[in-house]
Amino acid sequence: MPVIEVKNLSKRYGDTVAVRDVSFAVEPGEIFGILGPNGAGKTTTVECISGLRNPDSGTITVLGREPRDRTLRAEVGVQLQESELQEKLTVREALELYSAFYPKPADWRELAGDLGLDEKLNTYFGKLSGGQKQRLSIALALIGNPKVAILDELTTGLDPQARRDTWELISGVRDRGVTLLLVTHFMEEAERLCDRIAVIDRGEVVALNTPAGLVEQTSTADQTIRFRPSAPIADELLTVLPEVSRINRHGDRIEVVGTGNLLHAVTSVLASNGIVAVELRLEQATLDDAFVRLTGRTAEESPR
Amino acid sequence: MKVFGKLVATEFRTALREPVYLGFAGLFPVILIVILGAVPSFREPSPDLGGLRVVDVYAGIVIALSIAMIGLQGMPTVLANYREKGILRRLATTPVNPIALLGAQLAFSAILVVLSSVLVFTVTGILYGVPLPESPIAFLLAVVLAVIGVFAVGLLIAAVAPSGKAANAIGLILFFPLMFLAGLYAPREVLPDVVQRIADFTPLAAGERLMHEAMTGQWPNLLSVTVLVGYLAIFGVAAAKLFRWE
Repeated sequence: MPVIEVKNLSKRYGDTVAVRDVSFAVEPGEIFGILGPNGAGKTTTVECISGLRNPDSGTITVLGREPRDRTLRAEVGVQLQESELQEKLTVREALELYSAFYPKPADWRELAGDLGLDEKLNTYFGKLSGGQKQRLSIALALIGNPKVAILDELTTGLDPQARRDTWELISGVRDRGVTLLLVTHFMEEAERLCDRIAVIDRGEVVALNTPAGLVEQTSTADQTIRFRPSAPIADELLTVLPEVSRINRHGDRIEVVGTGNLLHAVTSVLASNGIVAVELRLEQATLDDAFVRLTGRTAEESPR
Repeated sequence: MKVFGKLVATEFRTALREPVYLGFAGLFPVILIVILGAVPSFREPSPDLGGLRVVDVYAGIVIALSIAMIGLQGMPTVLANYREKGILRRLATTPVNPIALLGAQLAFSAILVVLSSVLVFTVTGILYGVPLPESPIAFLLAVVLAVIGVFAVGLLIAAVAPSGKAANAIGLILFFPLMFLAGLYAPREVLPDVVQRIADFTPLAAGERLMHEAMTGQWPNLLSVTVLVGYLAIFGVAAAKLFRWE
């Protein structure tokens, strides 16, 4: 049985349709990502799942219950975007207070350590940097030892090192058997962490697959090789190869587009002709490309 | 219950770190009455005040001042801030109902009124011999009624104010006229009759009248009690209906 099941969810605010007919299911123990440009309806979707908003239509179950069911609160940890704490509350006090809310809380000291908040325990919330606030927010979402954690824009505002540390932490949380629903617009994050991804655009699910599956599903040309040959080379030498689908020339540079074991095929031909490929680069389709094909724009586009 | 206790303790803790608010709401009333009592003529019995001294009458007035500062300004600002910052929303995702945080802030505010009142009577008793109310139970009842009437108005401010700053501004606008009618600038007894009749229907003045009367041993009058319970009913229900959690 899925941990979270969303069926035909729709939600509008006045004339604006935020979410239209969204369906997906999150299986036990997986990290499920919701990926989409800003304003695509990601946050509305997770707010409905968290029981903070009522959908206009459609059904949602979380652990077999209605999202509004208050018994879920002890089992589902939620990290919201843009939610703060009392300015003059220290990190330690916030962690202690929130652990008192739950029947079987996690050890907050350990969580603080994992999130690099050790040194900040006596600092007021109002004095924390954006990244530190974000890390505290993640800690509070995990403090109740939840079965399910919903994390909205997990690593927004974190520096690259903190972002990697947080990914590490989230992988560890999943290894303990927690099911995670992740909202993100960071491609690398989705690729690194998620078992499956639902791409949402303009309120609709436009694709649902594993990260690799999404790339495969959307890519037209698998690979591109770019290089500068050390000596002139005729097109025909390369176009006869079954792996090569076409060749483009840009000045003294050659761009070879193809499939399969393209790199090996091309370098073999070059070697047998005594030609060296200078500044060789291999480009494979990425989740980024898949995303652009699906939505017609990059995830970081369109300001919030 | 344990969680509620922790929430109330958190309200105290964070408030102690805002010395400006605590100073104003908790200490300003007692400082004001100490200054007034320093004027020799205010320590003479006044026939206008039914034989009481000005400093005696002001004990109730400064407690009303404390109720007004806490109930109309402090509490609504804090609650509107909690909403503005998403603290109430965040709480809604935990096993704790966000109503508990509202309750904790109300409890904290009520305790602050009591502490401030105790301070007023202790200090003025020592310095100027202001007596304890002749009927302490009636006085306590008066404080409780004043608190519920004024806090109901404050809750409605918190319910509709879009931000903490807005709540503070609305509270300030209400503060001066209500405090005037409650006798902060001149005791109600010396105000024109018609103004006194109007004052009877405002929450602070009604509360102040009950406290004043309890000072001389009278039990709460029906009009003031009805007015204050009426404020609780009307403003309290409106606040509950209009309160936005986000």
